Amino acid sequence: MRRLTDALYPLTTLAVLLLAWEASVRLFDVPNYILPSLSQVGEALWRGYVEGEYWRHLGFTLTAMLWGYAIGSGVALVLGALVAEIRLVERFVFAFVVGLQSVPKVALAPLVIVWFGFGIESKVVLVALICFFPTFINVIAGFRSVDPAVVDMMHAFGASRRRILWEVKLPGAASSIIAGLQVGVVLGLIGAVVGEFIASTRGLGHLIQNAATNLDLGTVFGAIASLAAIGIIGTQLLRALQRRVVFWERGGRGGAASVVTEG
Amino acid sequence: MSLAAAVATPLPASAAVEFDAVRLTYRTATGVLPAIEEVSLAAAPGSFVSILGPSGCGKSTLLKIAAGLLPPSAGRVQLAGEVVRGPRRDVGIVFQQPTLLPWQTVLDNVLVPARSQGLDMRAARSRAMDLIALVGLAGFEKAYPHELSGGMQQRAGLARAFVHEPAVLLMDEPFAALDALNRERMALELLEFWSRSRRTVLFVTHGIQEAVFLSDRVVVLSNRPARVVEDIAIPLPRPRTLDTMLMPDFTLLCDRLRRNLFAASGAAGRA
Repeated sequence: MRRLTDALYPLTTLAVLLLAWEASVRLFDVPNYILPSLSQVGEALWRGYVEGEYWRHLGFTLTAMLWGYAIGSGVALVLGALVAEIRLVERFVFAFVVGLQSVPKVALAPLVIVWFGFGIESKVVLVALICFFPTFINVIAGFRSVDPAVVDMMHAFGASRRRILWEVKLPGAASSIIAGLQVGVVLGLIGAVVGEFIASTRGLGHLIQNAATNLDLGTVFGAIASLAAIGIIGTQLLRALQRRVVFWERGGRGGAASVVTEG
Repeated sequence: MSLAAAVATPLPASAAVEFDAVRLTYRTATGVLPAIEEVSLAAAPGSFVSILGPSGCGKSTLLKIAAGLLPPSAGRVQLAGEVVRGPRRDVGIVFQQPTLLPWQTVLDNVLVPARSQGLDMRAARSRAMDLIALVGLAGFEKAYPHELSGGMQQRAGLARAFVHEPAVLLMDEPFAALDALNRERMALELLEFWSRSRRTVLFVTHGIQEAVFLSDRVVVLSNRPARVVEDIAIPLPRPRTLDTMLMPDFTLLCDRLRRNLFAASGAAGRA
């Protein structure tokens, strides 16, 4: 019930914005190749999803996103843990990775297309490349944030390194890792779209570019709304995961505790 | 609360702890920094020895060395006649902070040493349940640390230190985070428990009364770098109760320790 009323406030803002959009388009008679009316966007979305033209684009982008995200995040988890745990790996890898981090990954997009082709593979690689970094950095930060007193405690009671990793470091780093994964969703989506912009025959990015060339802005906005939906749903899923996994941090943030009124 | 019931299981023998000319020096950018100048002390099997010293004198570091978490720069610590070279199974530790795992229940936290050492979990579980009841946390076995008060968390840490039936207990200002009332109550409970189990206890504190009340012997350390200033026996009769604190000898011993402590820290302050 409370969550419903909580959602009411941003939804009101959204409604006002949309109304202002529609009103200004009608009031000032804006041509639809500059800014389409809401109803035109709705029409494009309706056509796209009911007649089915959008589905294959959405499917393509989602597939590239999911594979790339899984690969990028998976590698980030393993490599991050290795860097945080093994000094030698850190020495060999860390400076390198930090250097790569300051390179804007989208600059690599044309190269990736040349190497991996116009198909979905190049998009998967781009997504993986881009969403790797936030998770990688947060895994390391998370492992390092674990209280050394707790690690000492485990050592003192005879725990092996492996047990400390599973019972202490991983759960201790969970919050930070999930935060990295959350950033990764949004960044990964950028990777997919950029890849589709550059060279693709499918995907929401391709749809946007194609429609923009034809000045079909209704479709452009429809595709943007679809991308926004992917981003929002992905982020919300990870938020839910955060609440579920890192349950012990809820109380401290005032989420779990609330006054119960009896009667 | 019946303390006898919880320690019904047969106990292993206590072990002696000996510090033999232990030194610790840190290497820093500007040179070497002595933390422990030289400390020798011995705790007989089954005795309760307090290490009393001003804050920051390195007494917690001494316990870390005894726990095998930190190698000394020189000298050695012996436990049950063996030189300590790393964490040992026959040692239980209570830390200044509860250091509980927030993602595990009280029961799972108390079982950490048993799991880590691969003990028989059935037996360990029932022992853990008894210990949890003993420290006054019955009914909280399935609670998470964030649902407990600071005092309750520290009690869980106390139960954890006993679950693998160690011969030696190292306690690093375990009651420092508690309020005065809880502190005295925990001291009384600890004494009662100790009197039945008779493990060797090394108890680090900066509380003079606490040290006198609990111990067979009190070792006073100087300011950093630590050295032994005094090592005195506490001949007060056992079992000790709240009335012990009213005895003239108690007051005299406290006064003597206080003067020594003042002198030890004052001298360093002037230097």
